[in-house]
Amino acid sequence: MKQQLKDEGLRSDLMSNDNLRRESEELLKPILEAIRKGNFTDINASEYDKVNEVLAGISLSRAANGFSPRETAYFVLSLKEAFIAILEKNITDAKDLYTEVNKINKLIDTLTLVTFETFIKGREEVILRQTSEISEISTPVIQVWSGILALPIIGTLDSARTQVVMESLLLKIVETESTIAILDISGVPAVDSLVAQHLIKTVAATRLMGAECIISGIRPEIAQTIVHLGIDLSNINTKASLAHALRSAFSQLKLEVRKSADFNKLSA
Amino acid sequence: MDKIPILKMGHFLLVTVQVDLYDRLALGLESDLVNMIRKHSSRGVLIDISAVNIVDSFMGRILGNIAQMSKILDANTVVVGMQPAVAITLIELGLPMTGVHTALNVEKGMEMLREKLLLTEDLISEDGDSY
Repeated sequence: MKQQLKDEGLRSDLMSNDNLRRESEELLKPILEAIRKGNFTDINASEYDKVNEVLAGISLSRAANGFSPRETAYFVLSLKEAFIAILEKNITDAKDLYTEVNKINKLIDTLTLVTFETFIKGREEVILRQTSEISEISTPVIQVWSGILALPIIGTLDSARTQVVMESLLLKIVETESTIAILDISGVPAVDSLVAQHLIKTVAATRLMGAECIISGIRPEIAQTIVHLGIDLSNINTKASLAHALRSAFSQLKLEVRKSADFNKLSA
Repeated sequence: MDKIPILKMGHFLLVTVQVDLYDRLALGLESDLVNMIRKHSSRGVLIDISAVNIVDSFMGRILGNIAQMSKILDANTVVVGMQPAVAITLIELGLPMTGVHTALNVEKGMEMLREKLLLTEDLISEDGDSY
């Protein structure tokens, strides 16, 4: 009976796509092997190791490729129909049929649960990766001049992001031997006392490294909030815009920006 | 007992901490340094902590103390080469070390000390005193 199961199971599990067919063959083989050992309940047993592995692989790849949960679940659940159809054909006694169908039902349900768990885990991994990518992308440290770094912060500053910002800034300071860092917060939507605290910490850490920090891009609303919250930024160098900050950085490094000589005057 | 060497370089004293500072070592350094400043009447102290990986609040305090003591003896203290992780740790410990001057590396620290020395010498010569 089990042998028939295998043959007919493959045939009745209709898949249009070659890839799908290959996947289902991969999955069916270990399942049938496991079933042949007579274990219908405990999927943690060693004979199901291969099944779990294949299922995990399939659902992870589906999560990464953006399959819908319904499609992924249906991939496993469709096995149930196929199995039941075969059992119906082979078992005539109603009572036997009922017990067998029950067993298969339970087994496939557990396998579906496994699939779903891995599917969701796969999705979560995708989300986690994206989160870390976003936090990396959103905190670029730019060297605008030799000795001057600029760090435009875009989005809300929370503790985790401040940590990333601080670390990447300090590492870049060491790497480029910069003495001035400009923290531009024009992309920060709101500043509350916590965000201000984070900013003050970053400035203090930069100072400890032997570099100076200028905070620029403070919008009027943010200036109002800072004063209303009673946050003391008086010992921090603040400038209205990045241009002003850059100008002050230049003057601190004793650099001068000048228009190049007039060509008309040169020829005269 | 281990000791951290203190080198005399003209008007300045140079301290390079090559090992992780444990408490007694730091205390020893503190008293040695103050004695050296007194002995050579140094005008500046440069402490290089680029090889220090581990700090605690005690070491933060010792550095602050050294800076204050040197100031009393008319010497500026510059701490140079602090590692990013160390800086973050000190900030998280709530030790912003406000009294201490910092610089990125030994070169920049020396420059800073020289500038400060020149500044005071200018003031003195303006007053008409000889230095």
